[in-house]
Amino acid sequence: MTGDQKSRLNAIDWPAYMLLPLFVLAALPFMSFPTWLTLTIAGAAMGMMLFLMASGLTLIFGLMDVITFAHGAFISLGAYLATGVFAALPGLAKTGGWPGALALLGAALTVAIVVTGLVGWLFEIVIIRRVYGSHLRQILITVGGLIVAQELIVVVWGANPIPIEKPAVLQGSVTIFGAAIEVYRLVAVVIGILVCAALQFLLSKTRLGLMVRAGVENIEMVEALGFRVKRLFVGVFVAGTALAGVGGVMWGVYQGLVTPAIGPEMMILVFIILIIGGMGSVGGAFIAAILVGLTTNYAGFLAPKLALGSNILLMVAILLWRPRGLFPLVKS
Amino acid sequence: MAEKLQAEAPLLVLEGVETLIGAYHILHGVDFSVRPGRVTMLLGRNGAGKTTTLRTIMGLWRTAKGRILFDGKPISGLETPDIARAGIAYVPENMGIFSDLTVRENMLLATTGGRFDEARLEMIFGFFPILRTKWNDRAGLMSGGQKQMLAIARAIVEERRLLIVDEPTKGLAPAVIDHLIACMNELKAANTTILLVEQNFHMACSVGDDVAVMDDGVIVHRGSMAELAADDALQTRLLGLNLASHQ
Repeated sequence: MTGDQKSRLNAIDWPAYMLLPLFVLAALPFMSFPTWLTLTIAGAAMGMMLFLMASGLTLIFGLMDVITFAHGAFISLGAYLATGVFAALPGLAKTGGWPGALALLGAALTVAIVVTGLVGWLFEIVIIRRVYGSHLRQILITVGGLIVAQELIVVVWGANPIPIEKPAVLQGSVTIFGAAIEVYRLVAVVIGILVCAALQFLLSKTRLGLMVRAGVENIEMVEALGFRVKRLFVGVFVAGTALAGVGGVMWGVYQGLVTPAIGPEMMILVFIILIIGGMGSVGGAFIAAILVGLTTNYAGFLAPKLALGSNILLMVAILLWRPRGLFPLVKS
Repeated sequence: MAEKLQAEAPLLVLEGVETLIGAYHILHGVDFSVRPGRVTMLLGRNGAGKTTTLRTIMGLWRTAKGRILFDGKPISGLETPDIARAGIAYVPENMGIFSDLTVRENMLLATTGGRFDEARLEMIFGFFPILRTKWNDRAGLMSGGQKQMLAIARAIVEERRLLIVDEPTKGLAPAVIDHLIACMNELKAANTTILLVEQNFHMACSVGDDVAVMDDGVIVHRGSMAELAADDALQTRLLGLNLASHQ
């Protein structure tokens, strides 16, 4: 091994990367293998849905230094749009088989991406653009925006919960190595991995991604290289809200019942993920989301009374170890 | 004669430039110019306003009064990206390296079309061989001197009309400084126009053609670098130093 290869290996933050596999393995002695496998896959699936909701927010915070509590409203909007698409195409859900189910889910995701992205664009122009650089004003105005958005959702869709039925093939479970695993959770895992891979590809292999990663570190320097960061801000905000819409669709279909609070209710977990992962880090959010999903499941099984506070305890433990989260970003 | 005058026309001109940062009035009317193909040193004590001047040229601070002309056209009202696109490369005091990006990615970001000019890249590797070795390494893992080399390499990855560099020798070892001096002289030989802020008087004397000295937000001296280097009394009066103690 050359000196350069050694220095590259030394540069990898092994403890942060090993935390997740060690955490998964540490739970195994406390339960049977099938139970462990069921809880692990279910936790990972929940983590993927949480990642979809959190990934947009971590991009928005990382690049734009904007804290937006209105993100929950975009999650709710995604879930409500899914109810509309599912209601409009009932045939695909009941008799379409796998192609029909995937087409239905794909249609819901496409509608959510387009609509939440457009609403996000308007939100950036009308509200966010005026509060760049002031966290206090961002919190105040986006909390206000969240309340208004929730009320608008009630105006459009009503205050009563709207049921959303999974396509027939996505209901039920399959047995793998003696563990019962819900089909929908497996689909959520696949979609989460696909989105994460697409984001990683975009961020690491494209010029746009390079600009975003550079902008997260030093916006001024990106401008001095000739790029218009303000346009990049709008693009990232739109992408962030579209990702919230994707998370909303997946979460809404999983829950089976959509309420105006479905998004805001998730924001505590979303912020925990951002803090654990390192504010602004997409990779960190991915690992943190799986950790949060697993912690919820393991704690729910092993110590149900602790389940509610388990993620807070996880966050406290990680912050005691890494005060800036697992994968903190360098800002200059 | 007209051709000669045209060739001597300054590339960058600052006329009565004033800059305010919040409630603080930092620049009080800065006047100087940078001639094409020459290295102009901007010297002065700490807090004289050198970095603010460079940031004002780049549009990172707004010009409150006065005007800045680049190639005869006003740029003081433009946004930073437009000023950069006009052909000005900027290396800030903190180098502005993207630590999370590789050396290659840092350089790639500075290209206009997302592609390297291979011949120019070879020239840069000739100046800074370490960049070839570290090509796929994260820039954050490099030493201070290597980062400075990357910052300058990034600024010259494509031909720019003016290179602005803010204190490239700050905190660097003497051997690295000598290497930077050699590189600056090679750039100068290649007819690159450079505006250089520097506290290291040895470097200023080694590479500078023209000099402007600042104090308290105004230019207090303009002339040739060789004349300033030869005049101990002038150095002491303007900069509070003499050359002998800084070599």
